[in-house]
Amino acid sequence: MYFGLSEEQVSLQETIKKYLEDQAPLEVIKEIAAGDELKTIEIHKGLLDLGISSLLVPEEFGGLELDLLFAAVVSTALGSGTAPVPFIGAYVMAPLALNLGGNRSQKEQWLPKIASGEVLMGIAISEFIGAREDSGINFKKGKVNGRALFAIDAKNSDALIVSNKAGQLFLVHTGSSGISQTELITVDKTRISTEILFKDVKAEILPESEKDLGIINKVIDAGRIMLAADSLGAAQVMLDKAIAYSLERKQFGRQIGSFQAVKHMCAEMVAELEPCNAMVWHASHCQENIPHEARLMACHTKAHISEVSREVSKTAIEVHGGMGFTDELGLHYWFKRIGLNRQLLGSPELVREEAAKIQNFDQASDDDNKGNDEVGNPLVV
Amino acid sequence: MDLNYGQEYEDFRNEVQSFIKTNEKVNLHGAKLRSPERVEWQKKLIDHGYFARSIPKQYGGFGGEVDIIKTRIIAEEFAKSPIPKPLGGQGIQMLVPTLLELGNEEQKQTYIKPTLHGEMIWCQGYSEPNSGSDLASLQTKGELDGEEWVINGQKIWTSTAKFAQMCFCLVRTEPEAPKHQGISFLLIPMDSSGIEIRPIMQMTLDADFNEVFFTDVRIPKENIVGERGEGWKVANSILGHERGSLADPNVTMTRLNALINLMKDETIDGQRIIDKDSFRDRLLKIQGRVLAQQSNSLRILSGQINKDQNTSMARLITKLQGTELRHELEALAIDAMGELGTLYENSPHLRDNGSWQMSYMYFLGLIIGGGTSQIQKNIISERGLGMPKEPKVQGN
Repeated sequence: MYFGLSEEQVSLQETIKKYLEDQAPLEVIKEIAAGDELKTIEIHKGLLDLGISSLLVPEEFGGLELDLLFAAVVSTALGSGTAPVPFIGAYVMAPLALNLGGNRSQKEQWLPKIASGEVLMGIAISEFIGAREDSGINFKKGKVNGRALFAIDAKNSDALIVSNKAGQLFLVHTGSSGISQTELITVDKTRISTEILFKDVKAEILPESEKDLGIINKVIDAGRIMLAADSLGAAQVMLDKAIAYSLERKQFGRQIGSFQAVKHMCAEMVAELEPCNAMVWHASHCQENIPHEARLMACHTKAHISEVSREVSKTAIEVHGGMGFTDELGLHYWFKRIGLNRQLLGSPELVREEAAKIQNFDQASDDDNKGNDEVGNPLVV
Repeated sequence: MDLNYGQEYEDFRNEVQSFIKTNEKVNLHGAKLRSPERVEWQKKLIDHGYFARSIPKQYGGFGGEVDIIKTRIIAEEFAKSPIPKPLGGQGIQMLVPTLLELGNEEQKQTYIKPTLHGEMIWCQGYSEPNSGSDLASLQTKGELDGEEWVINGQKIWTSTAKFAQMCFCLVRTEPEAPKHQGISFLLIPMDSSGIEIRPIMQMTLDADFNEVFFTDVRIPKENIVGERGEGWKVANSILGHERGSLADPNVTMTRLNALINLMKDETIDGQRIIDKDSFRDRLLKIQGRVLAQQSNSLRILSGQINKDQNTSMARLITKLQGTELRHELEALAIDAMGELGTLYENSPHLRDNGSWQMSYMYFLGLIIGGGTSQIQKNIISERGLGMPKEPKVQGN
């Protein structure tokens, strides 16, 4: 029994973190946030060279065929570095959707190109989880109509995976006629969200997704774990920065980190955040290895880490005092990234609702499962 | 990542499950400490290797190899069932490991076996009225008079003092030495003359704790573990055990399942509590936190098996997180019952013997006991995050 990251996983995580520290330090992130697209392309290319697009693609289609835990450690590293690149949609959800839902020829057509980095595939399935305004996708007679909000990794994509409310998945070429894209400007300038309008756009169904409605949930669960991992990485950096600042900054003739008020803020942050590592690992592991816990762990991991990372992102800024509020220090890049992750693929409230459904809370109680009540006796605590 | 324990362990789990099934009728409710039923049960558990598993046979244990996974499987399976758990308490959880590590042969022979069998109950004499979080400032005095220690002073928060035959006690024997180096770890028979016990009635209306007064109490010189002045070191060698064991996530999970059932059973205007959005969301938030702590405990377990894995931070936070979460879980149960949740003792309409209120209050006690949440945060920030200690006040 070994619960933790393998040497390979640790080294992959370290490699990507190191790459981002060198190639995408805060000054570069600031330039990208201000609109420098060339830098984004460069960093994206560098990360492709490190293999981020091939992790989940099966070997027979030119990928590494690794399990989701590898993707989770990459996502954590990307969150640490507020990496301004596609990942969760293009290299996790899209290959999973194709591999689980696609037929042989779809897989052959797309998966090798995803693995090699030639093809970028976006994901537009927010409406399956919860449609805002009048958004929503319909599929009839080989054509897709409707509007999708908050598509992930859709900008500059070659193709898109979209879903209707029933959870069937479709593939469209982004260049098809009838598609128009609008960039949505969110607080998070490190990734791009897109609105997509579909007017009679030619689409092909991923046939397995028509038979098995569990497939879209598997794709979403993987996406949710990745978002949680990203927020975990971002929150850990914010905590590290808060501690470092508290040891550097002096007031009343002392390091502010020697005041209990500040120490306790940091202790509370780490106490909440540390178990989130194990939770992300566990949830990732469950997806392929412990199917009966997979959905529940994915939902709770997304919801719980959204809550913890929000609190950490707030408290870490408070530890920095006024400086925490400035653009100069740039803590807000992590803060905002955590803010977007929280809402994507379902806010904590929505995801917890889903967790309730998964557990059949709407059904009668199961008295066989009643816990024992030996709680008052100090000897058995 | 490999969560398989392997066939040997699956077989072992089956064995434990079938033992539990065979013994599911055993009920020790109302059986007193040291009663023949309890001692018999305890011996049975040891004979099967479900308790005191790795403690050598000569000291009354099962004499098996240290096997963390088996220990874990036993804990998991026992937590799922209402059959009586192995006896715990400070003698078993704290004194026995201390003696195994630092006791002399005679002490091991004398004390470990009856303690494991539940025939000898211990209490812990650490805290004093003026030495709580700052435990090392303790003032209970021990002076050597010929072949005997003479002890004077007062201890507080001493649980099980009323039933205990023995007390392991921190006593200041070297008044001239710096505060951490002036303490010795003494073993005091509770029937010694000069000991007076006064129960402290607590908010649960039980009296689990006591004050213990020592007036010219005389005990043999050899009732010391370690050398004179080494008591702080002796006590600290196993302090981590207590903190980790105060809120096991597996027990919290069992409690969570009971809460889910409670919320399915209780109704307002005929609607089940679990179908009310606000209550259900609170439940789910707690469930997410319990799952996080369970994952964390798997990581800790893995760190015990794989020595190169560093889990020090994962371990440091468990007392703080576990006790706070458990308290919150019990609070939700009370809110789910509303006015009914305030019923207590043997009131009509009482649910689950009042265990939710009892446990809600009891866990507030555990948030404070064993190092308060605030002390835990000091430890986490200082030892875990490398933040500076609070500057010392002059003269302390």
